[in-house]
Amino acid sequence: MSLKFKNLKVYYSTLRGDVKALDDVSLDLKDGEILGLAGESGCGKSTLSNSLILLKPPMKYIGGSVELDGAELPIYDYKKMNDFRYEKISIIPQYAMNAMNPTVKINRYISDLLAAKGMNYSEYEKELKRRMSLVGLDYSVLKMFPIELSGGMKQRMVMVIATLLNPSLLLADEITSALDVSTQKAVAKMLVEFRDRKFVKSVIFVTHDVSVLYQIADRIMIMYAGKFAELGKTEEIIHNPRHPYTKMLVGAMPEVGIKYSRTPLSGIDGQPPLLLNPPEGCRFRERCPFAFEKCLSEPPVAENDEGHLCSCWKEVK
Amino acid sequence: MLNVEGLSKIYRKGSFGKTKFNAVDNATFEIGNGEIISLIGESGSGKTTIGKMILKLSSISSGKIEFDGKDVSLLKGSEVKEYYRHVQGVFQDPFSSFNPIFKADRVFKMVKEEFFKDISASEWNGKLNSSLKKVGLNPNEVFGKFPHQLSGGQLQRLLIARALMLDVKLLVADEIISMLDASTRIDVLNLLAKLRENGLSVLFVTHDLSLGYYISDKSIILYKGVIVEMGKTEKVFQNPVHPYTRSLLEAVPRLDSKWDEIDYKYSHETREDIYIPGTTCGGFLLKEIENGHFAAVKK
Amino acid sequence: MKCKNELLYFAFRNKKLVIGLTIFMAFLILALAGPLLTDFEPLDYTGMGSEPPTPQHIFGTTFFGQDVFSQFVYGLRSSFIVGFMGGGIATLAGLLIGFFAGYKGGFIDELLMMLTNVMMVIPTVALLIILAAYLPYRGVEIQSIIIGLTAWPWTARAVRSQTFSLKQREYVSLARITGFSSLKIILQEIMPNMMSYVFMVFILQFGGSILAAVALDFIGLGPTEGISLGLMMQNAVHWNAIQLGIWWWSIIPGLAITMIVGALYFMNTGLDEVFNPKLREM
Repeated sequence: MSLKFKNLKVYYSTLRGDVKALDDVSLDLKDGEILGLAGESGCGKSTLSNSLILLKPPMKYIGGSVELDGAELPIYDYKKMNDFRYEKISIIPQYAMNAMNPTVKINRYISDLLAAKGMNYSEYEKELKRRMSLVGLDYSVLKMFPIELSGGMKQRMVMVIATLLNPSLLLADEITSALDVSTQKAVAKMLVEFRDRKFVKSVIFVTHDVSVLYQIADRIMIMYAGKFAELGKTEEIIHNPRHPYTKMLVGAMPEVGIKYSRTPLSGIDGQPPLLLNPPEGCRFRERCPFAFEKCLSEPPVAENDEGHLCSCWKEVK
Repeated sequence: MLNVEGLSKIYRKGSFGKTKFNAVDNATFEIGNGEIISLIGESGSGKTTIGKMILKLSSISSGKIEFDGKDVSLLKGSEVKEYYRHVQGVFQDPFSSFNPIFKADRVFKMVKEEFFKDISASEWNGKLNSSLKKVGLNPNEVFGKFPHQLSGGQLQRLLIARALMLDVKLLVADEIISMLDASTRIDVLNLLAKLRENGLSVLFVTHDLSLGYYISDKSIILYKGVIVEMGKTEKVFQNPVHPYTRSLLEAVPRLDSKWDEIDYKYSHETREDIYIPGTTCGGFLLKEIENGHFAAVKK
Repeated sequence: MKCKNELLYFAFRNKKLVIGLTIFMAFLILALAGPLLTDFEPLDYTGMGSEPPTPQHIFGTTFFGQDVFSQFVYGLRSSFIVGFMGGGIATLAGLLIGFFAGYKGGFIDELLMMLTNVMMVIPTVALLIILAAYLPYRGVEIQSIIIGLTAWPWTARAVRSQTFSLKQREYVSLARITGFSSLKIILQEIMPNMMSYVFMVFILQFGGSILAAVALDFIGLGPTEGISLGLMMQNAVHWNAIQLGIWWWSIIPGLAITMIVGALYFMNTGLDEVFNPKLREM
């Protein structure tokens, strides 16, 4: 198991109280796996990925244990996490390059990053260049400023930088959402190749776009309103979902070949509950067509097929 | 109803406009009554610029837009208002479409102020309720609230309802659901399709091929400001002629097949006379490849 | 209106703003009411020279026996006049030029920004010295106008970029396709969103103007008549007040200026937090 967390709870503190953004979620991530993490805005998927690497106020650690490669990961301790950041856990944020200092050239940026970890740029230069040619980037990019790169080039460069130290876990947060379809495909495929070449051990790929996950993920986890909904093999989640929310979510995705005039799709009525004071029991209850009295209490996680977990009373036999 | 002929937009960049940039290049198409047309393109394709020019939010460099036979750029004073009575728009970002310091229902007051000054309160309320009903909103849930207190889906519906207050014939919908959540975006899409059944025409601007396919009768594929392919949606999607259209169809993530399986599906040979913007030199024209299916070819 | 109440709620919860505002108001009241509390004219020779604070002269007297408290309250007055006038002129000029450039764009924008940049690179203090030296009569008002007319460029630049970003918001497009005229769009859609920003700019300009006036006074280019805090400090230094142990003469005006300007900057950061929900303390 590369990453393993249990009953993880991370809240946001606000003036009006705690927002329960990530409430009691557990996961075992296998070695060499790309796990797709999907859900709508506010479901807790970004909170989950951020809390694994950069848990800072207003985020608040409430409880749960995290293990990385068999050792405890102290996500609650901002300073101790410095030993893990970048070396063991790395992240590609959505707007990575915009966060980079625009006045520093790429190679300076990388050597500063390595120096902060007590490492020498020249030792890694050869490997860096090898990986750059792998993703089709010219070495001259190293002498450029971030602003001189196009969107696709930036995303590739950031991917190379983020995985240079062969981290155990790579967090990719909506990295393809802002890209055009053709660049999106290239970046997603590159991520798979990085995994295949063992530049990263395993990946958590956060996105709202289920169809991208169908293309690259080994397993998919669906979250709803801060809670775990369903986890299973990609094929299972897309073609044989068990949780009503997953069913409706996948069913609401238009794709080439589906037309309103022939097969109209339907969305999900209503809105997710506010997480400041979420209702007791199943949080999807209000919008769920199958809800019954049992749903007033918290649904357990059931495993009816091997490896296919679903948090719904309907699945409890 | 709306005719676009040889439409171009040239931006000048740099200090005192030294360099030129063709955002839209010689676009010609028409929108008929009760038609939904998708304008599909990636960022920088000029799709939004075309929508803005139709809404008179951006000036035209050359070519013309005609609405019911009248040149839109020549409209003056009250004629402009009359144009907006029939041609309306909804934009991409629902939160930026509302002035954050006012309540969301102010968009209706603005319409009343400009178009229905002398209408009686009861008549206005009747109109308001009927258009809110058409978009599936409950007035109690959305009135008296600030934009940030409503969801993106509710805000976009409010804006569609606002357009329906007028005698709108053409709605320019610029990426209106790209910022909405998956579970609500399909409802807004279905709403547009239903409104079409009552005679509304829609120019549906999008970067998402699957959305375009789902809703539209005709599709226009835009690349670097040039219409590279256009025609009945099924024809464009099932028999793409232009290599750019094919590359888009290969790249769009689907739920029924994986990328590797699609790669060869569209690898037909490309016609020799095809025009590729930015690569092919000289001019281009739209040629009818088969009945109702056009592609850009060399002049 | 819930919106306004919410702002007030956050305003009164914000300690920085409350502290800054309290100090500022205390000085303002002192400046307005101060002259009523003293029997002496600021420049009259009313007592013994170099007298330390006594019940009669609560801030002591100068080397020549002028009442320091009278000088102080009158000086405070002129500082506030400079702040309001200079800061007001700079804010107004910057606002108009920046707004016009940002909203119109294109050629007008380039022209106005060229002017702004030229004004920016001219060393302001040098210009002030030359202007002030050539004017035969210098009053607080003239000084304020000169300061105001040289301090606007950075405001203009900031306002321009604000306007530029606001006018590209989609609600401006929406107002346009509702048939609103340009004037109506400026007044109803753009201006209200800039008010908080303008308010903060004014506060910064206010503090900047007071400091600029003090700098001018201190190098001997202050008002030819009357008194100001800077002039007090200049006199104190000129007659070696510190070396002679007449600390009340020089420390008091310096402390007051520091406190006023400090309070203004406190107010500014406080207001920033009030207007910007992202900065509101969580």
